[in-house]
Amino acid sequence: MKVEQISIFLENRAGRLADVTRTLSEAGVNIRALSLADTTDFGILRLIVTDHEKAKEALKKNGFTVGRTNVVAAEVKDRPGGLHDILSMLSENGINVEYMYAFVQQSGKNAVLIFRFDRTDEAIETLQKNGVRIIPGNELYNI
Amino acid sequence: MVFDVQNETMPRDELETLQLRRLKYLVQKVYHNVPFYKQKFDETNFRPDHVKSLSDLKYLPFTEKQDLRNNYPFGLFAVPRESVVRVHASSGTTGKATVVGYTQRDVDNWAGLMARSFEACGVTRADIVHNAYGYGLFTGGLGAHYGAEALGATILPVSGGATKRQVMLMKDFGPTVICCTPSYALHLYETALANGISINDLKLRVGIFGAEPWTEEMRQDIQNKLRIKALDIYGLSEIMGPGVGIECIAAQQGLHIWEDHFLVEIIDPETGVPLPYGEKGELVITTLTKEAQPLIRYRTRDITRINSIPCRCGRTHYRIERITGRSDDMLIIRGVNVFPSQIESILLETEGLSPHYQLIIDRKGSMDILEIQVEVDEKIFSDEIRHLQKMEKKITSHIKEFLGVTAKVTLVEPRGIARSEGKAQRIFDKRKI
Repeated sequence: MKVEQISIFLENRAGRLADVTRTLSEAGVNIRALSLADTTDFGILRLIVTDHEKAKEALKKNGFTVGRTNVVAAEVKDRPGGLHDILSMLSENGINVEYMYAFVQQSGKNAVLIFRFDRTDEAIETLQKNGVRIIPGNELYNI
Repeated sequence: MVFDVQNETMPRDELETLQLRRLKYLVQKVYHNVPFYKQKFDETNFRPDHVKSLSDLKYLPFTEKQDLRNNYPFGLFAVPRESVVRVHASSGTTGKATVVGYTQRDVDNWAGLMARSFEACGVTRADIVHNAYGYGLFTGGLGAHYGAEALGATILPVSGGATKRQVMLMKDFGPTVICCTPSYALHLYETALANGISINDLKLRVGIFGAEPWTEEMRQDIQNKLRIKALDIYGLSEIMGPGVGIECIAAQQGLHIWEDHFLVEIIDPETGVPLPYGEKGELVITTLTKEAQPLIRYRTRDITRINSIPCRCGRTHYRIERITGRSDDMLIIRGVNVFPSQIESILLETEGLSPHYQLIIDRKGSMDILEIQVEVDEKIFSDEIRHLQKMEKKITSHIKEFLGVTAKVTLVEPRGIARSEGKAQRIFDKRKI
């Protein structure tokens, strides 16, 4: 039920992000979702891509430091309160969100939330018990 | 004025006769009392009675910093441990510490040479000396302290740190002489201004600065801002501490080495061959009077040249030029000796693996800035910012704890620093010294 996310260490200097996208473009890898977290000195680019193995290999070959993390993709109705409902059920069960980001699917009906939890398995259980659909990796990579 | 007229203005031929007599005694002494030297002499078939003239010095083996480390802590003592009344050690950690012992006579000689040094800077019994060199195993604080007392001046044993308080004391106690690193002098000045104390509130007239490299430009800057005479002092714990050499206020050009106690040579750092007076190379010092821990031809790694032109101050002792660099990779950052290998072992201890790093040293205003760039590889990378920032902070605090230097730690992408074999270019010293 988990989704493979790759993360890339980036120095804060001009052109580094473009270097990543060029590498992925040349490798024929498509980006499904992304989030960029940064400080004054460095940033971390988190990506969900169509082919994470291929992406990782290409990035490493180009000298990037690449990590991989299991994250959870949850589907939520694209309406007011959608995100709040999910966060409430998580907090009621004492599950901490390390970070999250979201994107809206093409159809416009549903949004996808990408979560990194401190206790991933418990989080999945809680969400499923409350009727939230978890999107499996294979489905997300091929949306 | 000259503190010790007989010794400081001794005609050169008499001085050299004295040096030869002391050298002959020294080589006998170390041969029979220090196993390290006996072995070194024997290896080269050198016998103490081979010393017939000062020019025979070149046949004696060098002593290196590593020899002190190999004989850590007391292996180079030439007297029983009970005769040693004091021990100092260099600021190094993680196996780099070099230990030096002193007999009572060594301590007295040192105080006498520091008293000479003070007097050469124009300090008298009437002066109040603000001593901001650190007290402790570091030789700076106690060296200057005993010297000022031997001269009969009033000493304020302030030591380092608490800059705001130091400035207040300078205003209230009215010291006329300041001893510290040159960059700290500027820091004191800036702190004074920031706290509403003007230079007119202070009575300083002389500054005696050492323990870090500085330039003629920095001297001018200090003299203009603090309205004092700024003088350069030279020393190293292995040889004695501060007061091995001093710039005289009369000429303010080069540092007199107290040659009745120290024999100096300049060698080519690559070949070890002695160079004639006036040529630039590595300073090598033989201690002529040290009892507890005499050293033969100690390689200081400091780059300078000897000036044999008589000085207008009347002292006959030759001068060395301001130290312009190091022949090894030791960095002096804000007066603290730092070896890249020390930083490496701290990084190793911090994360339990060997990261690749670069050191960038720069000088902003009067302060040295040390930046440690640590390459982020897959082992230390985390996709959570707080983990990486925590690591930066941890390294910074370990560096501060072990080396006493505040460093800025920056995480960087891997960038082709040579791995394991060959000489990696790790140090980028951008200071203009």
